[in-house]
Amino acid sequence: MGYSTTGEAEQKKRGLNDSRAHEFFENGRRIVEATLVQQPAQRIFEFWRNFENLPQFMQHLEKVQAFDDGRSRWCAKAPAGTTIEWDAEIINEKPGELIAWRSLSGSEVQNAGSVRFIDRGRRGTEVRVTMEFVPPAGKLGELMARITGEHPQHQVRSDLRRLRQLLETGEIPTTLGQPSGRDDDKVEEKEETR
Amino acid sequence: MKAVTWHGRHDMRVEDVPDPKILRPKDAIIKVTSAAICGSDLHIYNGHIMGMKAGDIMGHETMGEVVEVGPGVKEFKPGDRAVVAFNVACGECFFCKRRLFSACDNSNLNAELTEKVFGHAPGGIFGYSHPFGGYAGGQAQYLRVPYADTTMLKVPHGPPDEQLLFLSDILPTGYMGAEFCEPEPGDTVAVWGAGPVGQMAIRSLKMLGAERIIVIDNVPDRLRLAAEAGCETLNYDEIDIPEALRDMTAGIGPDRCLDAVGMEAHGTGVMDAVDKVKQRLKLETDRPAVLREIIMCCRKGGTVSLLGVYAGFIDKLNWGIAFNKGLQFRMGQTPVMHYAPMLLKAVLEGEVDPSIIISHKIALDDTPKAYDLFDKKEITKAVIFPNGQPATDRLDAAATETKQANLRA
Repeated sequence: MGYSTTGEAEQKKRGLNDSRAHEFFENGRRIVEATLVQQPAQRIFEFWRNFENLPQFMQHLEKVQAFDDGRSRWCAKAPAGTTIEWDAEIINEKPGELIAWRSLSGSEVQNAGSVRFIDRGRRGTEVRVTMEFVPPAGKLGELMARITGEHPQHQVRSDLRRLRQLLETGEIPTTLGQPSGRDDDKVEEKEETR
Repeated sequence: MKAVTWHGRHDMRVEDVPDPKILRPKDAIIKVTSAAICGSDLHIYNGHIMGMKAGDIMGHETMGEVVEVGPGVKEFKPGDRAVVAFNVACGECFFCKRRLFSACDNSNLNAELTEKVFGHAPGGIFGYSHPFGGYAGGQAQYLRVPYADTTMLKVPHGPPDEQLLFLSDILPTGYMGAEFCEPEPGDTVAVWGAGPVGQMAIRSLKMLGAERIIVIDNVPDRLRLAAEAGCETLNYDEIDIPEALRDMTAGIGPDRCLDAVGMEAHGTGVMDAVDKVKQRLKLETDRPAVLREIIMCCRKGGTVSLLGVYAGFIDKLNWGIAFNKGLQFRMGQTPVMHYAPMLLKAVLEGEVDPSIIISHKIALDDTPKAYDLFDKKEITKAVIFPNGQPATDRLDAAATETKQANLRA
């Protein structure tokens, strides 16, 4: 079955098997990453399906707005306080099992993704993400590279780690704001106690 | 508050730092009534643990009184007394659900970095470098405890800290090492290292019914403690250990061998000199003199139980010998909360008294000096009272004062 972003039937229906779509993915990059989450598949599906939750664990996302027609507007953080935006649509969805989306044609950022929620019994729920994107050319491409880092795979991996932390324990652990003997931390304390 | 901070090799300081705050819903803040210096803290003191940052607060053996809890904490309220496990454990992940709390998959927030070297990242540890999460440690007046419900053990008011503190690390660690040995009637268990962890392992082996224990060290005070617990003792300064063990077991070697020494083992001869140079040059992180000796001494098909600590890479390990002798290896960071509830019961019922190893009770200000003396093995175990010594515990005040005076001298 491979790591197809959409179901085969769905692909045919949407015409994704035509040469144009083929070319789209040929030129792009594909990232596959999976983790086990100790929560029921349905709960993780519901959390993910509300795209507005995604910035809680996807570090590069600033905001996602979901509209009633299944479309959504994605806003990613870019350097120097700027952002990049694109629109996306859901192209496949099976409650408790699968969500697949892709950017609308004409978006500056061409990407597609899917996430599967697979019940592994006592081992938990396997959350398997496939992301595909065409690195944009020119300045935008540089910007994207800076957002996703040199290793987009690691970005997805650490996003999934945060998802797991959030859904399993209700929080993402931190040490930011803990005491230390470092000068900058001491300065912060001085300012706060003023 | 005051805290013990690391600033480099042999550079521990007591500094004024900000008080810890609740940062997440499942955090608790404890007022530290006592904390200990662990043998594994010496690896940091000696500069062998990578990923420390100047100013990091030390300490992972801690207990105290809960003074504040986040809204997500269910098991604790202010005023409760708690022992803090050295491992930060979320209680919910794949590993915690299997009681492998030291492998917690959620508590190590620097997992990405650690995975590059380790393949998978172990869970977070208090005061034990950034690859283990970079959590501030408990050699301080206050400590923030993340995932408090599953990282702390509630203990009753009454028994002195000295009896309960070591539930945070070395008693469960010693017990796990003893359990790894699975001593059967008639077995001989050899224990390398009669320091605090070795002493806890010896007592745990007794609890598990080990009949014959041989303890190897070169510090007379430590060997005396082992002898008092009913062990045979060997001083490696005076005797050839492999020869002696062979003789004492009619040639077959000890059935179970427990390493309570780890990466700073004192070896002898050329190999040891080579290891020391390599370790200093960071070509090799760990000195495996004891491990090599164990592989030579253990009987064929025997069990090797490693409590270490080992941190990274070892050269010239006689692995082929271990293979051909069919040795079984069991090792790891202890999942403290797996063992601590059962061991608390054993302590409260008087089955084991961990306090016997305490040689020095000190104030926080004396901690850097204590690191130095502990490193020179002039201290068996030092307990720090960061907020002053409790008035109810003056039983051995005279002895303690003498030792404190010695410490300051």
